[in-house]
Amino acid sequence: MERAARRIGRKRKYSMMLRRAAQLIFFKRHMEPGVKGWELRRRLGSDYPKVIQLLDERLRELGLTVKIVFEDGSGSENPTIEQLDKARFYVTLREELTLEDAKMIGWRIDDLAALAVTLAYIISKGGKAPRREVEDLLKVKIPGWRVEMNLNRYLKSGYIIEDEKEMLYLGWRTRAEVDEKKLIDLLLGEEL
Amino acid sequence: MAKASDRRAAREDLKRIIEFCRSIEEKGLNPFLVNVDDLIAVIRRYFPNLRDPDDLSLDAEALNRIASVIKLQSEWVKRRASSLYRDPFLIEEKLRNLPLERLTEAFLKAWHPIIELEQITTGSLERAVKYWRDLAPLDERWKREGLFETRMETTTREEMIRQGLLRDEAFISEIESLWRELRKSVGADGRIEYWDFIGADSYRETVRRAYLTSFLITYGYASLEYNPLEERILLRPNDKPISRMEVQPYSFPISISYERWREWKERRGG
Repeated sequence: MERAARRIGRKRKYSMMLRRAAQLIFFKRHMEPGVKGWELRRRLGSDYPKVIQLLDERLRELGLTVKIVFEDGSGSENPTIEQLDKARFYVTLREELTLEDAKMIGWRIDDLAALAVTLAYIISKGGKAPRREVEDLLKVKIPGWRVEMNLNRYLKSGYIIEDEKEMLYLGWRTRAEVDEKKLIDLLLGEEL
Repeated sequence: MAKASDRRAAREDLKRIIEFCRSIEEKGLNPFLVNVDDLIAVIRRYFPNLRDPDDLSLDAEALNRIASVIKLQSEWVKRRASSLYRDPFLIEEKLRNLPLERLTEAFLKAWHPIIELEQITTGSLERAVKYWRDLAPLDERWKREGLFETRMETTTREEMIRQGLLRDEAFISEIESLWRELRKSVGADGRIEYWDFIGADSYRETVRRAYLTSFLITYGYASLEYNPLEERILLRPNDKPISRMEVQPYSFPISISYERWREWKERRGG
């Protein structure tokens, strides 16, 4: 009897923590969405990796997943608690979007293609590329005014970042949303 | 270096090395285009005859640039060995020639956008309405606090006394009284949140306490601890004043704005 009560109590506690974790990750509270590991620890306690794992299982039913982006950009298989504390947790789509879905969330086909070209070019150059080179590549198929507009949009939303020497790098959003290896493999697999 | 013409030649060669290495670095070219041994041989040939500080500085700069190129070579090898490496020319070829539709299709298979909500909840709406109801009109608040917008400037203790922010009594005794208060206020870990210590019922008193607290730190009565990861600023009183003579002094600006004070007060339920 007592054991059953304890089990129910534990279940209720986890269910409450699950709700809190979902709110923390879904709601944008800073400029950047998602939440840092140490924030989760502060709100959920040291057991937060377990709560996140439960949340991920629950989100699977909805076609979503918890994406963990580590500070050094690595995809740690067995992260330490320190790595988790410094990592950022997001909820992303688990599955792929169709072109129709992408249009519904405000992306034109040429904006997406330009984003693909920008990111793939930067990845191919080892993570950084001069803005001028990216612009020249995009201008082959997209009008100049649109290239400028697109790059500014990608900068603003965090897909890329630019330094004072007009060098472009991958931004935090690319790390969270794009499977870089898969993108490159898919592009190389395309027949010309 | 004996002849002026030799010295000119040395300078030109060193400048050429610097420019060459810099262009490799900035344009992301293959760093193995640089033959490090050749460049080092040039530097070695000139070095024993360099006397002028400008020439020695050029020599150091050239060495520094070569070191950067060696670092790039190491990264280049690492990247080539990684599973992510694919021939950049092949990728560029594909990017130039694939139709937009196929580029988009490939991208959509590798793209998993973040789900984020910016929606307001009933609870936060209720709290916002309550806040708005209790918020006094701007002219009243400004009259009450006597605030007006002004340029940021430095102030002196005399000016603070003139404005009535500091009492004209023995300054050190005031500092020491605050130090005693700080020692009583800290938690079990011997620290207290900065705002919880300087915060007071009025904005005026808060500014006064912040000003005095800055002296507590400067005179070694307390230490300021900043945790950038958690964005927390904490105060730790020292058992006795520590002389800062041997420590490199540094400034840590903290904004004591009216908005920040209101925020703190709201959180405290004031």
